Amino acid sequence: MFGRLTIDALPLYSWVAMGGAAVTVGGALLVALLITWLGAWRYLWTEWLTSVDHKRIGVMYIVLALVMLLRGFVDAIMMRAQQAFSLNAGGYLPPDHFDQIFSSHGTIMIFFMAMPFMTGLINIVVPLQIGTRDVAFPFLNSLSLWLTASGAGLVMVSLVIGKFSTAGWTGYPPYSGIEYSPGVGVDYWIWAILISGVGSTLSGINFIVTILKRRAPGMTLMRMTPFVWTALCASVLMAFAFPALTVACGLLALDRLAGMHFFTNAHGGNMMNYPNLFWIWGHPEVYILILPAFGIFSEVVATFSRKRLFGYSSLVYATACIALLSFTVWLHHFFTMGSSPNVNAFFGITTMIIAVPTGVKVFNWLLTMYRGRIDFHPSMMWTVGFMVTFVIGGMTGVLLAIPSADFLMHNTTFLVAHFHNMIIPGVLFGYLAGYMYWFPKAFGFALDRTWGARSFWCWMIGFYLAFMPLYLLGFKGMPRRMETYNDPSWQPYLMVAALGAVVVMLGIGCMAMQLYVSLRDRRKTVDLTGDPWDGRTLEWATTSPPPPYNFATLPEVRDREALLDMKERGTTWQRPARYEDIHLPKNTAVGVIVGGLAGVLGFAIIWYIWWLVVVCALAMWVALVVRSSDDDAEFTITAAEVKQIEDARYRLLGSRT
Amino acid sequence: MAIGNEGAGAIVMGLVYRLLRGAAPAGAALFAGGCDLRHSAVLDPKGPIALAQRDLLFDAFFVMLVVVVPVIVLTLWFAWRYRAGNTAATYAPKWSKSPRLEAFVWLVPSLIVVAVAVLVWRSTHKLDPYRPIASAQPPLEVQVVAQDWKWLFIYPEQGVATVNQLAFPSGRPLSLRITSDTVMNAFYVPQLAGQIYAMAGMQTRLQLLADAPGSFVGRNSMYSGDGFSDQFFEVVALAPADFDAWVVKVRQAPARLDAKSYPALAAKSQRHPVTFYSAVEPGLYDSIIAKYAHSGHAQPAAARR
Repeated sequence: MFGRLTIDALPLYSWVAMGGAAVTVGGALLVALLITWLGAWRYLWTEWLTSVDHKRIGVMYIVLALVMLLRGFVDAIMMRAQQAFSLNAGGYLPPDHFDQIFSSHGTIMIFFMAMPFMTGLINIVVPLQIGTRDVAFPFLNSLSLWLTASGAGLVMVSLVIGKFSTAGWTGYPPYSGIEYSPGVGVDYWIWAILISGVGSTLSGINFIVTILKRRAPGMTLMRMTPFVWTALCASVLMAFAFPALTVACGLLALDRLAGMHFFTNAHGGNMMNYPNLFWIWGHPEVYILILPAFGIFSEVVATFSRKRLFGYSSLVYATACIALLSFTVWLHHFFTMGSSPNVNAFFGITTMIIAVPTGVKVFNWLLTMYRGRIDFHPSMMWTVGFMVTFVIGGMTGVLLAIPSADFLMHNTTFLVAHFHNMIIPGVLFGYLAGYMYWFPKAFGFALDRTWGARSFWCWMIGFYLAFMPLYLLGFKGMPRRMETYNDPSWQPYLMVAALGAVVVMLGIGCMAMQLYVSLRDRRKTVDLTGDPWDGRTLEWATTSPPPPYNFATLPEVRDREALLDMKERGTTWQRPARYEDIHLPKNTAVGVIVGGLAGVLGFAIIWYIWWLVVVCALAMWVALVVRSSDDDAEFTITAAEVKQIEDARYRLLGSRT
Repeated sequence: MAIGNEGAGAIVMGLVYRLLRGAAPAGAALFAGGCDLRHSAVLDPKGPIALAQRDLLFDAFFVMLVVVVPVIVLTLWFAWRYRAGNTAATYAPKWSKSPRLEAFVWLVPSLIVVAVAVLVWRSTHKLDPYRPIASAQPPLEVQVVAQDWKWLFIYPEQGVATVNQLAFPSGRPLSLRITSDTVMNAFYVPQLAGQIYAMAGMQTRLQLLADAPGSFVGRNSMYSGDGFSDQFFEVVALAPADFDAWVVKVRQAPARLDAKSYPALAAKSQRHPVTFYSAVEPGLYDSIIAKYAHSGHAQPAAARR
């Protein structure tokens, strides 16, 4: 009846694990109680969970990302605490538990923090920046969100029922095969990734079509904002790279479930195929995450330097170059697998070539600041902090790209420091800059600047404290993922790194405070114009938050800084002669239902509950058939209603001036 | 809108100040660690291969500084100079193109990459772990098997084997053939040769040479399960005469390693003590690789021999 699910699945093996489960269950209960107390279930269901509005979907993606950021950070600080004190001792975590923590940390931060954060920002901003009313496939968008959320849900469930993978976020076989990892952990990892991976592939396709087909009149490709360009390139990468991951995990699942031998030691399996497939996705993935962040930095640096972005076409070509080249470097993740020097040298050199367009971007941001009038809004602080820190990571990346040098540094904490040095400033700082930059657009009031600045400083200092020691430990030959160690000279460095994690924790605390203070003071920072930063691009041409239809009349674009151009020609906020009816997609519960069923399906496969697998698959199929047969998926906002909404907006605008 | 421009200057100064202050405890800790960083494994190589690898690291580091330092300095300088509060600075809101500057930002990084690419091509071939080290002496052959969670070293010439201790004469090249009898491992001796993966059913190679007698730490750098953290081994370079004496000592050990006693050794064990085997069944190493290759219709996995 319940497959291999028994009472033993509860995490009674250690106090720490039980604590994790208790916090997870308690947190979920608390949120449910809060919603009940507020009587908000119906509102939540009709207005949010079933919404197909890209702005609301974007907000939900970012809420998911922030929740998972907390979870991933708890993992991080637990690892730092373990290593700081486990010299010649077991620390407070047994190996099996420590291994689950580093596996879930990486999995969560990449798949369930960074990916949803990026997808959320693209969702909120891209349709506004290209002047359209929604994405090309609104229902698909909702489905993508709920598939991603289901994947994240499975990772959280593994805290309470069963264990998570101990095979690291990369899940290399044969260790992750059934022979060496017989439990449910690797299955949780596989199905969390497979389910959310389908969501990401669909998101990629959705954004490609949206950007290529739904741009406002006059917006040629070379008038798109840098963020839209980077979103487009990232989406192309998503659509082409994620299938490789799906295949790699799918074959691993077949090895584990069906007794096949794709990656096993014996019976003709070849484990070397797995790292190849995994990193054919994995390296483009780095750019899937980082390109949109580059786009955000480009927007922020132009807006807050009060200056036109330098070298726009260079920047566009650099973005496209990076996207193409990102598919040609995957082997640098395993130079030490014994390839011939020709192969290693080829991939070393292609890796360095990527540094050229990346360097061009950094210089373009620099030259945008040059002769500007820089306003140090927190978003700008994240940007400057990124530029200074990211080049250090770029440098260590070039060092690791030299195959012979990589023989010394691979698999050490130097590698760990390097990729955190790319991902934290390059990805997370970018998303946080975007979060603080576009928050007023999404909610109609701005975030507190002081707490934003405090958060920035804590993250920045915490980052250096946490990761510079890891670079040095790499020189001392410390492998990554060690639960205990016997070299006393490593301990001081690990202590400093742990201190860094504490400072980062303060940074996260400051972000929470920022949210609280801003909510409390929302009347003071309310954004009536829809344009709080004297912006240059179309998203600032509509209200904050925008009406469901975004633009009452689709804007006419004449320049790549479309709004600035309108301001200069004095056509901003001009009222059209007349309004027209607007058709919008209706909300639907099918996305959340199918996503939820996918999560249950994954859970059922993980625990070998085969009847439930069949039930879920059938139910999903029925839901999709019902949805596909629904010819009445749109509703109309009449011209009169549009006029009413717009009149209210202009009254507010008038009250301000 | 535009709240708190006047604070920008203070913020930038704060950036520099707080960066320094933030670095202070780290600096202190590093200083306390003291010279040990200078003698850290990677920065203090004890053989020609690791030395060449480290020098490569340094060369690339200094080439990269040509870009990195100016970018950091310019970023901080521009951030300070063009802060909103500094109305004395030139303001050119429309300036966004300069073919000369753009050519410069594409060309300079490209030239650096060309330079480093030449370095990469040459060094990767020269330091190919499969390429024998040029030496008047023939290399000592040792076969390495990664197990859960220990390392087996077989000396075919001497007919002996050890667990968790790799001894060899200094000044003579050591040529390793490496495989795994479990999951993927990585054989890693940072002071002598770096690392290479060990994979079941396949063989990888690594060459190394120790300039002088000494003892070093070897590890598995590739996470492999519960016993991974303790999976280290002694690497001992001995004067040639001492090595001969060491072999004699190993030959006196009571234990012998053959197909019968091997499975007990290969079974999972943690913190396995250093163990000597006075005799090894010939062909044991090849049989460890071959056992994964011959099942049913499967082809032996391709490996670069």
